[in-house]
Amino acid sequence: MAARAATARRPPRASAARNRELLALVPVALLLTIGFAAVFAQNDNQLSNLSLSYGLYFLAVCLATHIYIRIRLPHADPYLFPLIALLTAIGLVMIYRLDAEMARELARDQANWFVIGLILFAVVVQLLRDYSVLERYRYTIAVVGIVLLMMPRLPVIGAQVNGAYLGIKLGPLAFQPAELAKICIVIFLASYLREHRELLVVGARRILGVTLPPLKHLGPLLLVWGMAMLMLVIIRDLGSSLMFFAAFLALIYVATGRLSFVVIGMAMFLAGAWLIYNTVPHVTDRVDIWLDPYQDPGDAGYQILQSMFAMADGGLFGEGFARSMVLIPGSDNPLLPAAHTDLIYTLIVGELGLFGGCAIIATYLLIAARGFKVALMAEDGFSKLLATGLTAVFAIQAFVIIGGVTRVIPLTGVTLPLVSYGGSSILANFILLALLLLVSDRARREALEAERAAAGEAP
Amino acid sequence: MNARIIKLFTFITVLFAVLVGFTSYWSVFDADNLKDQQVNKRPLFEAQQIKRGRILADDGTVIARSVRRGRGASSQFVRRYPHGSLYGHPIGYSFAEQGNSEFERSHNRELIGEDSEFSSILDELRGRKQVGHDVFTNIDPLAQQTAVDLLAGRAGAVVAIEPSSGKVRALVSQPSFDPNLIPRDLDQLFQDPTRPLYAAATQGQYPPGSTFKLVTAAAGLDSGKISIDSTIDAPASIDLQGRPLVNADGSDYGDIGVTTALTHSVNTFFAQLGQRVGEDTLYEYMDRFGFNAKPQIDLPRDQLSISGVFGGNTLLTPEEGVDVGRIAIGQERLLATPIQMAEVAATIANKGDLMKPVLWREVRDVDGRTIDEASPEKQSDVISEQTAAELTEAMRAVVNEGTGTAAALSGVDVAGKTGTAEVPDQARCAGLPNQAWFVGFAPADDPQIAVAATVECTDGQGGTVAAPIAAGVMRAVIGG
Repeated sequence: MAARAATARRPPRASAARNRELLALVPVALLLTIGFAAVFAQNDNQLSNLSLSYGLYFLAVCLATHIYIRIRLPHADPYLFPLIALLTAIGLVMIYRLDAEMARELARDQANWFVIGLILFAVVVQLLRDYSVLERYRYTIAVVGIVLLMMPRLPVIGAQVNGAYLGIKLGPLAFQPAELAKICIVIFLASYLREHRELLVVGARRILGVTLPPLKHLGPLLLVWGMAMLMLVIIRDLGSSLMFFAAFLALIYVATGRLSFVVIGMAMFLAGAWLIYNTVPHVTDRVDIWLDPYQDPGDAGYQILQSMFAMADGGLFGEGFARSMVLIPGSDNPLLPAAHTDLIYTLIVGELGLFGGCAIIATYLLIAARGFKVALMAEDGFSKLLATGLTAVFAIQAFVIIGGVTRVIPLTGVTLPLVSYGGSSILANFILLALLLLVSDRARREALEAERAAAGEAP
Repeated sequence: MNARIIKLFTFITVLFAVLVGFTSYWSVFDADNLKDQQVNKRPLFEAQQIKRGRILADDGTVIARSVRRGRGASSQFVRRYPHGSLYGHPIGYSFAEQGNSEFERSHNRELIGEDSEFSSILDELRGRKQVGHDVFTNIDPLAQQTAVDLLAGRAGAVVAIEPSSGKVRALVSQPSFDPNLIPRDLDQLFQDPTRPLYAAATQGQYPPGSTFKLVTAAAGLDSGKISIDSTIDAPASIDLQGRPLVNADGSDYGDIGVTTALTHSVNTFFAQLGQRVGEDTLYEYMDRFGFNAKPQIDLPRDQLSISGVFGGNTLLTPEEGVDVGRIAIGQERLLATPIQMAEVAATIANKGDLMKPVLWREVRDVDGRTIDEASPEKQSDVISEQTAAELTEAMRAVVNEGTGTAAALSGVDVAGKTGTAEVPDQARCAGLPNQAWFVGFAPADDPQIAVAATVECTDGQGGTVAAPIAAGVMRAVIGG
């Protein structure tokens, strides 16, 4: 009897999860194939087996990664990788669709970045089999993160785009260090909060009806707030500043359970942002244009207005792949500026309609759900906070840029993770995926071993 | 921590729901408002995404075509007019920002390929791009070019119509414009004092002078007020409403019939004939010839002008105290468009039946199949065949021995009538006071072409200035 009960309660084998992952990759590769075929058909009025070979190539690369995950991370969450491959595939198709008009080979570059990203993914998984070593180097990682953030303001390599300092240029290579910095900051915060969360809660005092953390532990937290403010002043980008600070507040909340900390943090951020809004002209302009884009429709308000107009043309179902206007007809001037980066969500809504846009948002939501699932399953505090922080920063980044192009918040220059064109974004997000899967693999393995142990002890 | 992670996820779900809400607002709920925004140029650009059909002359010469500019989905079609200003009127122009005019506007539906709501929905479902149809016109490039050459830069108009069908063979207005330059020069052309965007042939209103005597003669003969043999005493001068009216050559013609009066364009004869016919009958015949209404040609209504007796900008009715004696000789406040005078000649040439003037000949789809064809339509029975024949004889005399000898063609019998009027707005013409006219048709016994030619601001006469132009255009159409 007991033996039969044990058999019935046996947890799913790791290979079952991997088979689900493999199965989920097939529709993704199919989507990419069909997407490329559609762009081909639209641009040249003919079908070519080239799109099929792109699809097969994509499937092969995914398959290799899948086999690697099977060997190294057999217990990891089966849906995260296919979902991330799905976003990359959508990004590749949309960027490929822009190639003809931009007269560049952005899609090829992006595909190369995808392959490099997967290699980096494998390297990270290989090197961080025991990711708890990250805790030991947390201050180093924090410093690296801050240096990365400041790099765009360094002479020679720093580069300014639309008044914000987000990129660096090393010869032909452009890089957005904020993408990597977000991972460093999350690792630091997860580690720091794991250690100090008890102290933050226990030592808290109520002053004027507001629960405040103890002053001596407030220092590092004030530092993070100061950093977010400094980012506003120094790199002048409201979007990445908001993204960092929101991830920080999310982690504080999950670590301490004190909503009051979040409220105070939010108030401080808003107060600081208001001050900076009144003193830094670039931030002032961004906010004013957000409030009333029609005040300067030809220049400062052009991008956000064109974003809204393009979405209006999209309607429910969109105009179809490669059928919306990206350039002003008969010229090389953009009708949809930065369609391959900032406004790629707008392009998707314009061509695939409200339904296409909802599908993108749903994919991000599913990734967030799987990411938080990883956090829920993790046993130790660092793993939980790391998974929560990585998932939160990923989801919030998506919110900041989609919110920017839909005028929920001021439009800023962060990328739409994995969909926008850009090497640094792809690389950073595959490192993020590697860390999430590492956490997931350990959590599920431990759960499995615990159940096996329980099953083994029963008879 | 798990409960808090789930709360955090719930919060992120709410944030994403806000994104869905805003996306729906812009893409669906507020979409119509956004499309109406003045700064939104997308609807304009979209109109230019359709490959507009070509416009061709009768012989297949391409008058207007669309060429692709730009790459991919952002490419657009731009209108090209290979012959520049030659067809500026009556073809007009079609550009995204400047809109459509003249023929490009009146045939816009065919040119953008809109057959019916149903078939365009079908095309949409089949993913087929809407393609415009080709529209062939009746324009004879040689006649059009000849008219432009003979006008030689002078302001004026030439209208050539095939009398039996109403087919318009030439519709020339000078000054003209090069439609290719419209995107750059439209504002400047609007302000140009010579009004190049204004089609003299269909919009210009000029005193018709003695050419109107054809209408008076037609009314007199057809109503039976006179016969071809009736005579009226035509002295050198008569008193009309307290003011003297004189013959152009100052001669006293004595008792003459309508043929002689027409041959020598005797003012005193026609003024008295007009009074005998009376304003009501004269107006009735004017209506039949197409006066007092816009020409029924396939051009936009707002780019056509009415011919008639004007007090300021309004048409005067017979009850409003018009001087019928002076109207009868094409004076007083009578104004006529060149196309109206061509219709008068074409009616007489077509045995008294006025055919609707028609520019388009047929519509062909991209595969070259004819999908619509113009058929000749009668506008009105104006005069009897006999009256038409009597007038034709008189008009032959004009060319053979009267004021219109300059319109004579070797080997072809030409019928016509000259006219020379004073330009009402002398300031415009800088010392060149006359509006010279010639209307007529050829060959007289089997008319193939009816022409009205007029030159503004000249010191010449209809017989010397306009008649040679009309003759050249007739020759170009008839050949030989």
